[in-house]
Amino acid sequence: MEHVNQAMAVAPEITFQHEPAPNAKKKIWKTFWILLILTIAELALGLSHYAFHVGGAVLLFLKGAMIILSAFKAIYIVGIFMHLGDEVKSLKMIILVPLISFVWFILAFLWDGTSYKNLRNRYNVPAPAEQVVPHDTQKPGSLN
Amino acid sequence: MSTQVPVGYKWWSGGKSPFNVSYGKLMMWIFLVSDTFTFAGLLISYGSIRVSHGYWPDPNYVFNRFPLMGDANLPLAFVSLMTFILIMSSVTMVLAVHEGHKRNQKGVAKWLLWTIVGGLMFLGCQAWEWTHLITHTHPVLIDGQIQEIGATITQNHFGPAVPGLFHDGHQVTLPGPVGFGNCFFGITGFHGFHVSIGVFLNILMYFWTINGRFARVGHYEMVEKIGLYWHFVDLVWVFVFLCFYLI
Repeated sequence: MEHVNQAMAVAPEITFQHEPAPNAKKKIWKTFWILLILTIAELALGLSHYAFHVGGAVLLFLKGAMIILSAFKAIYIVGIFMHLGDEVKSLKMIILVPLISFVWFILAFLWDGTSYKNLRNRYNVPAPAEQVVPHDTQKPGSLN
Repeated sequence: MSTQVPVGYKWWSGGKSPFNVSYGKLMMWIFLVSDTFTFAGLLISYGSIRVSHGYWPDPNYVFNRFPLMGDANLPLAFVSLMTFILIMSSVTMVLAVHEGHKRNQKGVAKWLLWTIVGGLMFLGCQAWEWTHLITHTHPVLIDGQIQEIGATITQNHFGPAVPGLFHDGHQVTLPGPVGFGNCFFGITGFHGFHVSIGVFLNILMYFWTINGRFARVGHYEMVEKIGLYWHFVDLVWVFVFLCFYLI
């Protein structure tokens, strides 16, 4: 529903202004419900591994699912609330392309942390916290 | 939602923004991208520290208290409320921006006020949570002696339980990883700092709206720019919530 409208431009460098779509308010509330449902789904997953004491592959699957749900929330917030979805392609690209570096950023740092854990296990005298078996058989937060 | 750009339109021939946004809005976006990397640096280093430990506290045990509910075990209930408040304030902010597009001064002022209320409520919740974590002490076995400690950036009581050892009816634990307090207080504190700045900016926007500053200029683009910042703060919370409370 965009119109090229020079007269209303807020700054001379803007070529066309986004006028509010007639159903904009409806879209905002729809996004709110989507975000709320995604959050409730995340909470259900977060609480389920507490309630059922799952571990191993199931726990990794639950964590992966929560990460994916968060990514969807991020897409809705940026695309609709921040209106990036309505901007021209060049702006979308300059915002989103740098984010590709996160792939290596996350991978490298988690890799490094895991390597640190392995070195600790191999060479260190066990830290006091690791001498006693935790009350839970599953160690929360450990990747393997 | 595709924009109608004439075929062969030359964006880079000068005199106009190739991004079709004003200078100020583009700079806000660039700032937010850089801030994304700041928060990502913090969260990813937290992840790195966490996977380097064999043991890490379970958030369902750490965050299980609710104001006025005493010792009731309510895992993640309070943080769910905080998340809901922040999502709500994001909705009121986008409604303020929407009223700004329609140049409706009263509407902008009303929704900005609700956003400020939401921001202050969130900060209040965070203050309660921090106070609870710092002042709520538990017996911990340190150097063979039982000490009552709370969770701070230097120590915490979220370590593994010592089997069979009780103190005043409470399970005695070992000290938890110091990195837990460092990361939790550091990152939620940095996020709370961003929320505080956002509340301050929204209060400024509210006064500029009611004294007719934007009505005189003819547009509410400044509210839009602050709106971008506010949504970004909500966006960061999505990931803080994921990394500290859910995973």
